[in-house]
Amino acid sequence: MSEQNQHGHSTTSSRGAETLQEISDIKRIMERSSRFISLSGLSGIAAGVCALVGAYVANNILKDYYVELNRGAASTYEDFTVLKIKLVILAIVILLAALILAFVFTWRRARQNHLPFWDLTARKLLWNVLLPLIAGGLFVLAMLQYDEWHFVAPACLVFYGLALVNGSKYTLSDVRYLGYSEIILGLISTQFIHAGLYFWAIGFGVLHIIYGTIMWWKYERVNSQ
Amino acid sequence: MKNPITGLNKVFDNRIRLGVMSILMVNEQVNFNDLKQMLEVTDGNLATHLVNLEDNGYIKIHKGFIGRKTNTTYAVTKAGEKAFTDHIAALENMIKGVK
Repeated sequence: MSEQNQHGHSTTSSRGAETLQEISDIKRIMERSSRFISLSGLSGIAAGVCALVGAYVANNILKDYYVELNRGAASTYEDFTVLKIKLVILAIVILLAALILAFVFTWRRARQNHLPFWDLTARKLLWNVLLPLIAGGLFVLAMLQYDEWHFVAPACLVFYGLALVNGSKYTLSDVRYLGYSEIILGLISTQFIHAGLYFWAIGFGVLHIIYGTIMWWKYERVNSQ
Repeated sequence: MKNPITGLNKVFDNRIRLGVMSILMVNEQVNFNDLKQMLEVTDGNLATHLVNLEDNGYIKIHKGFIGRKTNTTYAVTKAGEKAFTDHIAALENMIKGVK
């Protein structure tokens, strides 16, 4: 910070340097106090990999179900319920794995940069992401409750995108573009309703890996070399 | 309060007061502990500067509760906002002058 008090008799040019320093300090404090900057690109990549694994397992579960169905075994309501429960449990496991890994990489980055992990900006970011996300989660569960599975993937993508756009005010701005991408992808997927799982895999898998890599490249590559 | 030559605000000569103002300019309301964490200062030191800023009418204090614990939050006032932007403008003018 400026030490102009201690150096009252400094020359004009060093006074200018101090002034520049003061302005850059102000900018830094404003930035650091309003945005959570420790978000790691590796968190995004890890979440994307989890999503792809999840989509692969889900695809196999669905294949098995349809093989049974096509063999002429009468599909009972119980079978469908079991299928739904399997998929919901899978979704929860994948979500937890993705969250834990995302947490670990971001926590690690905060520690490396000697920044607090849990501060004002982290709380703001979490709250602004969680609000649309929880609303979306409950909405999707309600759709499943009425066996309306067609719009599960589009709803996941659109709500998640809105959550990211909402939270991006409090973190790195790249997150906003990831949010836009998810929303657009979600809306497109409403027109390809039987390819829901593929859109889901692109949105939560591929896009996470792409944006995670971009963010890692932009902000972390230098530090880790 | 203003230095007639440079237009710089004496209140913001201090780095902690300037830090508090910088944080409050971009955050609607911030509580004591968050300010302390972000500026890495001691309780007493921060409290003194907050009183100074309040006496100058640059920040306003809101005492609330979270459960039974007091939660004091700070926000910038209109006057504080103006003083801060004037200060920044003066800093920028100085740089232009030097160059």
